[in-house]
Amino acid sequence: MDEDNEQKIDAAGVKLPIYMDNQATTPLDPRVLEAMMPWLTTKFGNAASRNHSFGWEAERAVDAAREQVAHLIGATAKEIVFTSGATESDNLAIKGIAEMYRERGHHIVTQATEHKAVLDTCKRLERRGCRVTFLPVKADGIVDLDDVRRAIDDKTILVSIMAANNEIGVLQPIREIGQICHERGVLFHTDAVQAVGKVPFHVIDDFVDLASISAHKIYGPKGVGALYVRRRNPRVQLAAEIDGGGHERGMRSGTLNVPGIVGLGKACELAGENLLQEASRTQCLRDRLKAKLEAGLDYVQVNGSMEHRLSGNLNMSFLYVEGESLLMGIDDVAVSSGSACTSATLEPSYVLKALGLGDEVAHSSIRFGLGRFTTEAEVDYVAAKTIQVVRRLRELSPLYEMVKDGVDLSRMEWDKAGTRD
Amino acid sequence: MAYSDKVVDHYNNPRNVGTLDKSAAEVGTGLVGAPECGDVMRLQIKVNPATQVIEEAKFKTFGCGSAIASSSLATEWIKGRTIDDALKIKNTEIVKELALPPVKIHCSVLAEDAIRAAIGDWRKKNNLDEPAAAEQVK
Repeated sequence: MDEDNEQKIDAAGVKLPIYMDNQATTPLDPRVLEAMMPWLTTKFGNAASRNHSFGWEAERAVDAAREQVAHLIGATAKEIVFTSGATESDNLAIKGIAEMYRERGHHIVTQATEHKAVLDTCKRLERRGCRVTFLPVKADGIVDLDDVRRAIDDKTILVSIMAANNEIGVLQPIREIGQICHERGVLFHTDAVQAVGKVPFHVIDDFVDLASISAHKIYGPKGVGALYVRRRNPRVQLAAEIDGGGHERGMRSGTLNVPGIVGLGKACELAGENLLQEASRTQCLRDRLKAKLEAGLDYVQVNGSMEHRLSGNLNMSFLYVEGESLLMGIDDVAVSSGSACTSATLEPSYVLKALGLGDEVAHSSIRFGLGRFTTEAEVDYVAAKTIQVVRRLRELSPLYEMVKDGVDLSRMEWDKAGTRD
Repeated sequence: MAYSDKVVDHYNNPRNVGTLDKSAAEVGTGLVGAPECGDVMRLQIKVNPATQVIEEAKFKTFGCGSAIASSSLATEWIKGRTIDDALKIKNTEIVKELALPPVKIHCSVLAEDAIRAAIGDWRKKNNLDEPAAAEQVK
């Protein structure tokens, strides 16, 4: 652990602060760092140097990583394009397809709870003359397959729907969506950042044509990711977003980040080795956390489907308590909130709103992100601390008092103009 | 978000948390904000009818740490003041005292609104409508 990150040990032997925000990022697995180290030190060659051993060994390392990434998702090495991360992968996939297939159509289908890297890319394309359909989701956060079918028309070139949501962990039925796209001759891109390495994901079985991957969500380094681009049946072509030396078969120029790529490869290998065991272990811990919170508190609700969900995600609203004040109380636990007060835009989570939840539910939400290094003792600590702080804040909450007195808050007239700054 | 020591202190040790009997004639209740906006403050005062001094002040707040601190501070400041003096409290003084950042100024505005709303409620109950006087202090 970082020496600057001041750590305390509590009575039960839990190291504080506890990191439980694994959908934001994950710590680097020591085995990944070990694999990267030579490429950060003695082996510094440019993978594009064709005429000396420094370049050759770097190229071999990149090729090996390409195999590792491809293997995890059922692809071939040539179908992997390395990028700076999933935001770039999403941009490259969507803009690259829109430009390359412009003659064939200009319609893109996506959905409301996508990551901003997809939504804002689509909005930019809209300003450039594309037509974009933003599908709604059902109350459980899942897209209706009939909506997908209906949205596709003869001008549709691309459907982009994420595999797993970053806030609520909800898994979309990507295999069914892929099948629909395949039958209709429309390309299917999926932002698979949260799903790859966490749930079984296979580009052939799932009919995926393009998939965005990030290293730092699977215990790899930040600043590196990949885009899977299908080469056969159909062969997908992309217009490049970054021009230059023609790296990555012209799809993404720029000197390759060899240590990062080696790290991504190793992270994929490790994720693939223990995928099901790790998923079931985090699920046990997640369910333990949920059970404890539900036993200790009234007026709590899980946001999004529990059935179709990443094993390491729990997004819960603690009604009548505001999220930021809750985070302030559990300051030795790193989690995140859908509250407006914690966001740069001062808007509550658009993902939770897309589920049809009121703003007041979004304001009260906390995302617990469990991962490879989360322990049972940490879960128990987080549950106890959360319960304690929620109870204390509810003592301060006029809403909780009113609800306990039988007042129906939804029928009250609220002074929404109260904030007049 | 980094909080000032004073915000943290009010958050950890809120002053005057509680509920007064809102049906009592000497009690004024202000409820401002809205759940969907992420802030609701309830501020209550108990006023001595003879002296118009606020003898008791209680609050409960649903909101961020700065909202809790602003309302906690507001109860501290109005206790012992006369109604007219309490109305002189400006949100900018709360901002200064708690070192609130610009994104949290609305918390202080809400606290000022809560004071006014509580006083307004008390006046209405006691048929002491003095909107003109109230406007002057603004």
